[in-house]
Amino acid sequence: MFNYSFRWNQAFQSLPDMLAGALVTLEVAVLSMILGIFFAILLTAFRLSGNPVLKGITTVWVEVARNTPALFQIYMAFFGLAGLGILITGWTQPNLGFAVDLRLSPYIALLGGITFNNAGYLHENFRGALKAIPETQTRSARSLGMSAPQSFVYVVMPQMLRISFLPMTNQFVWAILMTSLGAVISMNSDLFGVTNNLVKINFRTFEMFAIAAVIFYVMTKVITLSARLIAARLFRY
Amino acid sequence: MIEIQKVRKSFGPLEVLKGIDLTVAKGEVLTVIGGSGSGKSTLLTCINGLEPIDSGKILVDGVEVHAKSTNLNKLRQKIGIVFQQWNAFPHLTVLENVMLAPRKVLGRSKAEAEAEAEKQLKHVGLGEKLSVYPNRLSGGQQQRMAIARALAMGPEYMLFDEVTSALDPMLVGEVLDTLRMLASEGMTMICVTHEMKFAREVSDRVAFFHQGIMAEIAPPEELFGAPKTPELQKFLAATH
Repeated sequence: MFNYSFRWNQAFQSLPDMLAGALVTLEVAVLSMILGIFFAILLTAFRLSGNPVLKGITTVWVEVARNTPALFQIYMAFFGLAGLGILITGWTQPNLGFAVDLRLSPYIALLGGITFNNAGYLHENFRGALKAIPETQTRSARSLGMSAPQSFVYVVMPQMLRISFLPMTNQFVWAILMTSLGAVISMNSDLFGVTNNLVKINFRTFEMFAIAAVIFYVMTKVITLSARLIAARLFRY
Repeated sequence: MIEIQKVRKSFGPLEVLKGIDLTVAKGEVLTVIGGSGSGKSTLLTCINGLEPIDSGKILVDGVEVHAKSTNLNKLRQKIGIVFQQWNAFPHLTVLENVMLAPRKVLGRSKAEAEAEAEKQLKHVGLGEKLSVYPNRLSGGQQQRMAIARALAMGPEYMLFDEVTSALDPMLVGEVLDTLRMLASEGMTMICVTHEMKFAREVSDRVAFFHQGIMAEIAPPEELFGAPKTPELQKFLAATH
């Protein structure tokens, strides 16, 4: 019934490659969070602007990001845009030449897909945080002669980011785990992609994925714990 | 000079200001008393344009507050307002709270803004608290910080909206002392207050609001000594 023989040694030989993959995963997650926070702030500003077109952009973005599978969003970034004939980059398959290449590289598509997803969820985090900030803060800022954008940037936004700091680490963890979806768009340099490729060579399926899972676990745990430490240091008020 | 002419203002079906006419001269200290919902606080927020008005006019040094062409951000630099809830910015230290607007609105350098903020905070007795966060301050201290924050913009007029109402009785005195000090320095002030003793003491004139109408306005001795309208007589009897 159970005649699988574990060969951990063989699997552990791949550890350096997997750790290199983990770095790529971390890189994608970090970049997707930085870009995601940027876009989420932009979407929040759009929503608060009162301009119906800008508000519409926010609504569509947030609705799609939160109500469709992340896999779909990454797929769209990789194949969907190419299908539409959107030519964004010419360097993914250089030997084919610029004109025929309609795809984002897997790396960029994965980063774009996760960023899109992050921004949608982070916008909702921010929306919740804004509800916790009394309207009178803006009123006070305005009464001191600050313009509406100044009040937002100097008074409301810092508080918003502070309130949503810990929820944001949740999204960061989610972004790390989402990088594994790169497997469906031939991403092979991240932790999951590297593991998946090596398994095809050494067939240590269980051991390899178990190690990958542990690396994922350690990464996310380190992030949540250090976020708590940072929060305790940073927010003394 | 602040000129208020026939100002009317409604919140939905409720008319809170029913045609107010009032002029406050430079250097005058006017206190406004009256029951809750009599429109006194609303009037203050209309003066610096935080609330729109339905009809009438408010002029500050000849500039119409609610005209479309008026730059409210600029106008508000000369009208400081302090609210019942002091609204300290919790993410900034006391010093930074006071420095923020001068830096961002008036474009002061860090050193200038810091010097001014320090001066104002010392003035209201918070010289020892510059680098603490507002949540380490008592309500009275936070309220004095809010006053310093408004003063740091160099306003010519100060509006005080029930600044002691949210404080426990032990802390009311220190805030009123700050207001007395400002009054004695010649600041033009409109204070909405429930502190009758304070009103009697510092005011040049006292206005009594009742249900959206300014029922009486007179120097304090006269208003408190010989109230004319039955509403004011009732109000004063209830507050003694």
